[in-house]
Amino acid sequence: MIKVRNLVKRFGSAVAVNDISFDVKIGEVVGFLGPNGAGKSTTMKIITCFISATSGSATVGGYDSFRQPLEVRRQIGYLPEQTPLYNDMNVLDYLNFIADSHNMPREKKRSRIDEMVEVCGLKRMVHKDIGELSKGFRQRVGLAQALVHDPKILILDEPTTGLDPNQIVEIRELIKHLGQERAVILSTHILPEVEATCSRILIISEGRLVGEGTPEELRLRSEGQETYEIRLKADKNNVESVFMTQDWVTSHEYSGTEHNGTHRFKVHVISPSPGEDSGEKFFDLAVKNSWKLLELKPSGATLEEIFKDLTTREV
Amino acid sequence: MLKNIMTIFKKEFSLYFNSPIAYIFITVFLVVSTWFYMSRFFVVAQADMRMYFTMLPWVFLFFVPAVTMRLWAEERKSGTIEVLLTLPFRDAEIVTGKYLAAFAFLVLTVILSFPIPLTLMRLGSPDMGPIIGGYIGAFLLGGAYLAIGLFVSVFSDNQIVAFIIAVVASFILLIIGESFVLQSLPTGIKPVVAYLGLGSHFQNIGKGVIDTRDIIYYFSVIFIFIYATMRQMGSRMWA
Repeated sequence: MIKVRNLVKRFGSAVAVNDISFDVKIGEVVGFLGPNGAGKSTTMKIITCFISATSGSATVGGYDSFRQPLEVRRQIGYLPEQTPLYNDMNVLDYLNFIADSHNMPREKKRSRIDEMVEVCGLKRMVHKDIGELSKGFRQRVGLAQALVHDPKILILDEPTTGLDPNQIVEIRELIKHLGQERAVILSTHILPEVEATCSRILIISEGRLVGEGTPEELRLRSEGQETYEIRLKADKNNVESVFMTQDWVTSHEYSGTEHNGTHRFKVHVISPSPGEDSGEKFFDLAVKNSWKLLELKPSGATLEEIFKDLTTREV
Repeated sequence: MLKNIMTIFKKEFSLYFNSPIAYIFITVFLVVSTWFYMSRFFVVAQADMRMYFTMLPWVFLFFVPAVTMRLWAEERKSGTIEVLLTLPFRDAEIVTGKYLAAFAFLVLTVILSFPIPLTLMRLGSPDMGPIIGGYIGAFLLGGAYLAIGLFVSVFSDNQIVAFIIAVVASFILLIIGESFVLQSLPTGIKPVVAYLGLGSHFQNIGKGVIDTRDIIYYFSVIFIFIYATMRQMGSRMWA
């Protein structure tokens, strides 16, 4: 549904988007992940025909974002960053305006608006001015606005900012549900969010696409490495020197001493060959050196680590 | 096309009345213009509205930019322009809808001065030609100011800046047709500059003489500035 090819956007001498290409199909929820200023919003603005690309192309449902903006905009539901809304309008008037802009027939318009008010939990707010609403409700109005004409494509720029944890869970569920029969792009810099909602992740840094894949695929990137968190009652220096001598331990970090005299370490190890288990090795090591092993916890490579790794690497 | 213009029109027009601004504008306009007129009405003691329409270009100078200043500046400031421009509207539909909403608001405000002609009709027997002509002229002149204000508003996300620049731009177009400016110009270009001035055409129509040249003049000004607004909006795609 969405095809982006070699997209470049320059603002003067600054390059906001640098040669990005990707596809989004129906049934996918794609997460744009990247630090602030990475070019996520700019890419979205080009797809939604708000600004034009310096070079490259974006097509939506076969229509070109630059040459056929009307056809493209008809198919898209867009929630811009910061959720801009007409503060002097009430919620119902606003949704009516959006529905009218898509030339929805009267009957369908009414039922869709009712449905959106229900889905987005705006029931008690429909006659209030948007300017009086709290951040969370504004966000819901923004979502209702993006959804009211039942678009095949949803582009949501940071859809959960300003929501409380319960609302975030609700909205994520909603997006996931919507994504089953739509193509959804959402941007965020919150990692658990993409893990919770997205079927595919595009990691963007300094205008470039630096990583792409499902959350699992991205996690596999750091394969061959495992990390364990352990807590021991033993002499700290002794533990450290023993770790130094083990060739399967690549590195270790001391991460603190508890008040009861136990020490915490974070240990990076080489994944063992099949049939072996690093946990067992730790246990053997503890027995041999008569350490009291109190905790042993494998911490799989988190998206956070991959993200940090990909976005801070020198390009 | 027409339906989309209506959608924008409805939105813009109701936005005027959703905040107290509209009511304040209307009240201030009516109080100020009527006061200017009435303060000398009993001195002049004539049952016509010439005085009213003479000072109208100067009242409009401050009133009309206040009507147009928020049309774009507000959208840009609050970011709603991103919502508006990603809805399936053509630029021409948005600009036309906004312009017509501002125009309708202006017409409504001016028409609310109807107690003046009604009073005149009770006090004497005014010549209705110049009064009707004056109103038509007021709409055309106001329409021209609106187009200028709309165009200026595209460039700024600050309403006050949009207001001041619109006042200055309208002021320049108004005074170039005045005799004290024309005096200082070489004879060759005098008629051209006089034709470009906003005010002289208004005076013609105000006499009750509806000349196609004046009508064409106002429609050209309105068209040029609306067209320039569309071009300026379209230029975002080429930035």
